[in-house]
Amino acid sequence: MNTLILRTATRFLTPLLILFSLFLLWRGHNEPGGGFIGGLVAAGAFALYGLAFGPAEMRRLLRVAPEALLGVGLALAVLSGVAALVVGLPFMTAFWATVGGAKLGTPLVFDVGVYLVVIGFTLLFLLALEDDSTPRPSTR
Amino acid sequence: MLYAVLALFGAAFAAPFLYRRLGDRAGAVLALVPAALFVYFAGRAGTVTGGETVRQSWAWVPSFDVSLAFTLDGLSLLFALLITGLGALILLYASGYLAGDDHQGRLYGFLLGFAGAMLGLVLSDNLIALFVFWELTSFTSYLLIGYKHGYEDSRASALQALLVTGAGGLALLAGLLLLGAMGGTFSLTELAPQAEALTAHPLYAAAFVLLALGAITKSAQVPFHFWLPNAMAAPTPVSAFLHSATMVKAGVYLLARLDPILGGTTLWVWTLAPIGAATMLTGAVLALRRTDLKKILAYSTITALGTLVLLLGLSFEESVKAAVVFLLVHALYKAALFMLAGSVDHETGTRDVTKLGGLRDKMPWTSAAAILAGLSMAGLPPLFGFIGKELAYKAKLGFDAADIVLPGIALLANALTATAAAIVVIRTFFGAPTETPKPAHEAPWSMRIGPLVPALTGLMLGIVPALSAPLVDAAAGAILGKPVDVKLTLWYGLGPALYLSIATVALGIGTYLAWDRVRGFLANADGLMARGPEAGYRAALAGMVAFAGWSSRTLQHGRLTGYIATVLLTAVGLVIAALVRHAAAPVLPAWDAPLEAVALAVLVAAAAIAVPLAKTRLAAVAILGASGFGLALLFLLAGAPDLAMTQLLVETLIVLVIVLVMRSLPAFSASAPESAARKARDAGIAVAVGATFTALALVVIAVPLDRTLADALAAASVPEGFGRNVVNVILVDFRALDTLGEITVLAIAALGAAALVRRQRASSETPSDVPDPARLGTEAEGAEAPGETSEPHVSERHVSEPAAS
Repeated sequence: MNTLILRTATRFLTPLLILFSLFLLWRGHNEPGGGFIGGLVAAGAFALYGLAFGPAEMRRLLRVAPEALLGVGLALAVLSGVAALVVGLPFMTAFWATVGGAKLGTPLVFDVGVYLVVIGFTLLFLLALEDDSTPRPSTR
Repeated sequence: MLYAVLALFGAAFAAPFLYRRLGDRAGAVLALVPAALFVYFAGRAGTVTGGETVRQSWAWVPSFDVSLAFTLDGLSLLFALLITGLGALILLYASGYLAGDDHQGRLYGFLLGFAGAMLGLVLSDNLIALFVFWELTSFTSYLLIGYKHGYEDSRASALQALLVTGAGGLALLAGLLLLGAMGGTFSLTELAPQAEALTAHPLYAAAFVLLALGAITKSAQVPFHFWLPNAMAAPTPVSAFLHSATMVKAGVYLLARLDPILGGTTLWVWTLAPIGAATMLTGAVLALRRTDLKKILAYSTITALGTLVLLLGLSFEESVKAAVVFLLVHALYKAALFMLAGSVDHETGTRDVTKLGGLRDKMPWTSAAAILAGLSMAGLPPLFGFIGKELAYKAKLGFDAADIVLPGIALLANALTATAAAIVVIRTFFGAPTETPKPAHEAPWSMRIGPLVPALTGLMLGIVPALSAPLVDAAAGAILGKPVDVKLTLWYGLGPALYLSIATVALGIGTYLAWDRVRGFLANADGLMARGPEAGYRAALAGMVAFAGWSSRTLQHGRLTGYIATVLLTAVGLVIAALVRHAAAPVLPAWDAPLEAVALAVLVAAAAIAVPLAKTRLAAVAILGASGFGLALLFLLAGAPDLAMTQLLVETLIVLVIVLVMRSLPAFSASAPESAARKARDAGIAVAVGATFTALALVVIAVPLDRTLADALAAASVPEGFGRNVVNVILVDFRALDTLGEITVLAIAALGAAALVRRQRASSETPSDVPDPARLGTEAEGAEAPGETSEPHVSERHVSEPAAS
């Protein structure tokens, strides 16, 4: 889809969408949003970029392999629960702290994990479909 | 005691690193861990033999009554000392045996891991913890038998041992759960006082059969004995440790442990005693057919295990005492003999007794140990083996119900065992020296200590039987549930037991002299042996593979329409069954829908009808998208913004995915030659699904909604979860564990799906054996595993085999 309009619009839209996804992730605890939805929006942003500029460019923008996002996301989610084990509470007990008026807690870390897994899942799938089996230049 | 078990596991993990640091000395250093534990348990011996039981407990899964409860009584102590003591000696021995082997770090790791599992098994008071350790021993044994994984028969033997003991393990698990349900507890200590109620319980027979299956597969009883000789594919130190002294005794241990709880019934005696007797004879006869030192010893181990099962099966005081003594006797001489067989193999290059002879002069230390261990195995005074055999004879003579048969079988089995001992020792170390593949010389010191210590212990305990008395008394007492005094002496006076012993020796010598003829005679039966239980194992395995192939080909036919139809019709069938069962009739609710909702519903329905009528694929996708977006708006109207947003986003991405998929699909034509029958069938399925789920929805909304949980969660959201968005608080806090499971599934599904897509492309576009660079790229890392492990018959459906990677 090599159109000037799409390319130009995408240049503006992608960063905006990613920002919006982070906003959704952040506000998810109190308003509609959260890791799942934020992750989907972010994945949509990358997908749009991929449509406009091709999978190789999308990989370049992503910088890391989608598999890495899956792994890091899962690790974050697990680690957020392990914190409670260290002090002898049941796995996944939540901790909260107020930092400068904002409530921060392990569920937020968990949500970031969800966010990353959702992005990794979607992009891994899309890239697998978009990639040809012709040799790709190494993008990492 | 938890730390004792953990120390072994810790050492197991450290072993490969230590080996990289220390090289061939690593084995000797690692041997210090079980040696220290031996000292620890020996230090506790005074307390335990004094009649006390040491208990320690850690909660593990308290909600399921599963705890890491450890009990050190006489029986556990006997086993713990054998495991740690022999474990230390065998690690030391292995460091000499395997010197120069690059993978020995791994072997030490497996050996120590096994020792930890075995120690945990004999110390566990909790049935579930016991089962976990039991399975760990099967698993580490698999790794150890398959140590030389480059060899086909090594892998096959490892798999065989795993499958046979694993299948028994499943039966054991079922039996333990039944036992736990019958007694209302998983604690052995708490089960023990309930013995009478348990043996009278209606489920007793079922529990007993399942538990016995676990024990007899593990302890290589007829008809499951075949895996043990095959397990000799393991390196000799492993055979010495697992397949003579410890792992195969796990079944015996279990029977001993359960004897006070479930033993003594007619079912117990008349199941276990005949199995034990049959195993004794089978092992004793088959041992004479072999000329490989390790195989002879393996079959004689089967004989010994049969003897132990028989004695525990008889389940009365004399037999239990004899079992405990014989267990110690056998562990000492058999571990020594296995190590000696390994030394002979190591220093001469062969284990075939017909090619060996006269090693006495060249290997003085080794032959001295062999003579001692061999005499103990043959049951000659003044060795400890003699005492063991005397007690066993007395026990069998004391069992009234089979007064001639039992001593007769025992006489034959013991005589043949004595013959096997003579073959192993005399043929190898006496007579004229032979030409061996390697010029024979004495083993290094590390390989002399290993066999010498247990062989000398056998001599010492024979001459001064009082040394072992406290331990034996405590172990027998633990099984019998009362303090006992086992009379240990080399002279029990004249009597039938002594005459039987003399007859045993005479018959043993006679058979030894005629061994070559006996072996030739047994060889005639080879054809019959080939049809033995092992053939049944192979047939079962082949049948399983054939069934898996058939079911995969039938269920995984590769037609998408077929899959969807199967899923949908199954769902319809289940929903209808549920509706009929609960006699639930759909009720039309009162009409209170707002106009905009009606408009959206009409849009969704119209889109759904329009999809199959679309002329191009793109149009179909777009219309489908309209239906999805309409649904999202409906969610929004119903006050579920999170759901609506998710639906919208998923809908968008699905359209994208379909567009991408379309690129690889063959050209679409609306006028594809679809028969009227097929269209009618598809329409029928669609209507059935729609009607069923409409009915389900109507039934569901007719039931007043129970808001207890919803209200509780909503009320707890802000004070406990610090969030006003209940949906999100549930997802990331209240039910975070569920979400963790979901995202894990998501990640695995993504890896699998991506691998499948890439593989499909690789196979359709590069039909050659040239490695495909794309599949070797970093992104393909996660894709490797599923591609390689798939069964051949699955890949047959592809145009060509995937490129090798």
